[in-house]
Amino acid sequence: MVALPALADPFSQPFMVHALLAAALIALCAGPIGWFVVARREAFAAHTLSVMAFPGGAVAAALGLPLAAGYYLLCLVAGAVLSALRGRLGRLRWLQESALVGTVQAVALAVGFLVLALYGGVLEDLEALLFGSPFGVSGGDLALLVGLAVVVLGFLAAFGRPLLLTTIEPKLATAAGVPAGALEGAFIALLGLVVAATAQVSGALLVFSLLVAPAAAAQRLTASLPRSFGLAVLLGFAIGSFALLLSYWTNLPPGFLLSTVALAAYLLANGAALLQGSFGKEVAGVRP
Amino acid sequence: MRKAPAEALAAPLSGGRPAPATAPLLELSAGELRRGGATVWRDLSFAIWPGELVAVLGPNGAGKSTLLEAVLGFLPLASGALSVFGQPLGGLGGRELRALRRRIGYLPQRRSFDARLRLRAADLVALGIEGSRLGLPVPAVRGLRFGPFGRAQRRRLKVRDLLAEVEALPLANRPVGELSGGEQQRVLIAQALAQDPLLLLLDEPLNGLDLPSQTAVSRLVGRLCKERGIAALLVTHDINPLQDLVDRVIYLAGGRGAIGAVEEVIRSELLSELYGFPIEVIRTAGGRLVVLGGPERIAYHHDHR
Amino acid sequence: MFGHEAVVNALIAGLPLGLGGGLLGYFAVLRGEVFAADALSHVAFTGAVLASALAIDLRLGLFLATLAAALMLALLGRGPLVDDAAIGIGLAAILGLGVLALHLVATGALGGEGDAAAATLFGSLFTLSRGEAELAGGVGGGAALLVCLLFRPLLFASLQGELARARGLPTGPLRVAALLLLGGVVAAGTQALGALLVLGLIAASGGTAHRLARSPYLAALLAAALAAVAVFAGIAASYVLSPLPPASAVVLLLALPQLVTVFL
Repeated sequence: MVALPALADPFSQPFMVHALLAAALIALCAGPIGWFVVARREAFAAHTLSVMAFPGGAVAAALGLPLAAGYYLLCLVAGAVLSALRGRLGRLRWLQESALVGTVQAVALAVGFLVLALYGGVLEDLEALLFGSPFGVSGGDLALLVGLAVVVLGFLAAFGRPLLLTTIEPKLATAAGVPAGALEGAFIALLGLVVAATAQVSGALLVFSLLVAPAAAAQRLTASLPRSFGLAVLLGFAIGSFALLLSYWTNLPPGFLLSTVALAAYLLANGAALLQGSFGKEVAGVRP
Repeated sequence: MRKAPAEALAAPLSGGRPAPATAPLLELSAGELRRGGATVWRDLSFAIWPGELVAVLGPNGAGKSTLLEAVLGFLPLASGALSVFGQPLGGLGGRELRALRRRIGYLPQRRSFDARLRLRAADLVALGIEGSRLGLPVPAVRGLRFGPFGRAQRRRLKVRDLLAEVEALPLANRPVGELSGGEQQRVLIAQALAQDPLLLLLDEPLNGLDLPSQTAVSRLVGRLCKERGIAALLVTHDINPLQDLVDRVIYLAGGRGAIGAVEEVIRSELLSELYGFPIEVIRTAGGRLVVLGGPERIAYHHDHR
Repeated sequence: MFGHEAVVNALIAGLPLGLGGGLLGYFAVLRGEVFAADALSHVAFTGAVLASALAIDLRLGLFLATLAAALMLALLGRGPLVDDAAIGIGLAAILGLGVLALHLVATGALGGEGDAAAATLFGSLFTLSRGEAELAGGVGGGAALLVCLLFRPLLFASLQGELARARGLPTGPLRVAALLLLGGVVAAGTQALGALLVLGLIAASGGTAHRLARSPYLAALLAAALAAVAVFAGIAASYVLSPLPPASAVVLLLALPQLVTVFL
């Protein structure tokens, strides 16, 4: 992290501009994908994918690849593994699923640690990997993010509705011929990529701040689908940029500010919903 | 809410039964219950005697489940008096309340079990017998009867007896999640009987069951009431599977309630009074009761939803 | 192998932790608290970091933070407000505090050290002192005993909460106890296996047991046994194959039965 005079104009600094652009692109990807993560209650799976930073980085270092490449790759692999294993669990799987996801996470981390021990090295940029390095975003990283945003938005434009149907009414979706397994597999793969991308700014351990918090807050504030998607993106960018600017001015670590601002936003959204009364209706209206 | 004529509703309809000599198991006088500032029901009075199967009917939100929770002492009355097994509920301390609750068999609204949950029917019933005992249970070993093994044998036998009583003995070793809805209800009833309750409270046990299962479960509860001399309050949406089995009916609607025999309560005039708008009750050729009414939420009594 | 102090210490810590972790893992899977366990392990890490940054005893920070978080989770209950998403957001915020602490140490604003962090992430099974091992083992074993004692009420409350409450079981305090025990084992396990890997202790054996055993009592017993065996075998394997870190070995062996049963 670079120390700068507090009042200098942030927008004249290229690293800051890059960071803000990254935050915007990530919000564009993580907003809608995060929306589905919250709706499908896959927070644990998302977290599991995010900690693949460690084994991904370890494997990449051992193979002499850039760390980010290892991360993206392992996120995809882990996503595929999760998808395949869940398929094996069968129809009624709520009991087993979290145990499986937890096991996969622990195994991946154990392997990463093993690789590190075998390779005999130390991961220099471990802290950056785990807690974020938004101020180190390069032009190449940005290009990658643009590509990812195109893929994510394209996927959602094409398959968003069937995915939504599968999420909300799985039996109806199957009856309507939606290939749930393939869709869910593709979603997890995309989730892996988005998680890896988000971690560039937030760090692997804090992905929730940009992936889940904006979407969860948006869902509390409005029940309208298009609005909550849009709100998720806006909130993601708001949280990200606010935290980055704060970090620039106070010199406090961006990861810390990001997760704190995200929590505050989530709590405020819940508070607003409670005041609105809409939250109460949603909770109480179920039982006759 | 229109004030109904006091005579029609305030006094519980006797339903043609002579009042028995024994004390009532449950007695509510002019009970009023409020929730979230609004009145759920008021001026509710009835008494339940041993051996009775009483259905609790009414539209969604009328306060049927709430009535059960009040009997269990989870919700205090805003006014009126409620006594269970002769004891007024209002003055009871924590310990006495817990002791009282142990004599009530309760089936909350059913949540289905994961099909892969490794819990056999026998295990579920055993939890009903000793779910609050500390320490690990000793397994019942054939031939060993001293000390804890004796207790284990008695437990095993009691589980078998309970399952036999609800005609579910063949299901003893089956995982609960694999049982059908009706079978699960039987096992849950067996579990509820484990502490020899004096009163059974069943909250919508027939939901989601097919008609034969609904009849079978209702018949089982009726038989248990007569054989054990206990009473049961059964919350349901549809009186038809129980018509010939219930002794009386409590109908809650529009914040008021009426109790009496099926023919007395499920009538156009009385239900119209309760709801506060015109309700028509039709008896079909097959003997089914159909309730038709106005624009607000009402219950449709037909045989299959 | 048993002649080595390090191995003996590892076993003193690890075996009771295996038993406790297996039992609590059975319940965590049953009650849907596996993600909560993951969150608690990250809180443990942050507690350790904060403690060493503030120059307090690391273990104190570890346990205090984890138990406090467990208590908070128990009190918040479970519902639309406290779902996995919320837990994750809170978890990230707590980790963020850890980041802040590390930063303040690095810039000299706080007097403590930041090195403890790495050790807490991956555990120090073979570098535990006798005292540390006894503490970890004691907590693990104590948790196992308490779970055995509370087994039936806890099972009843976990399976049929409303009914248990109507039967007079103190479901609220039971919930608090369950989460505190989970937090305790996670905190103690963090010392042995590290914050990132202790999840394996909870998730793997619990998951396997649920798939295999016929009744809840057998399942819990199986979970405890599998975990203890995995710990023992992992320590032995790591001792024999020297670059293999013990925590990795243990976790891989914990996961093996789980992954095998999924393919059966």
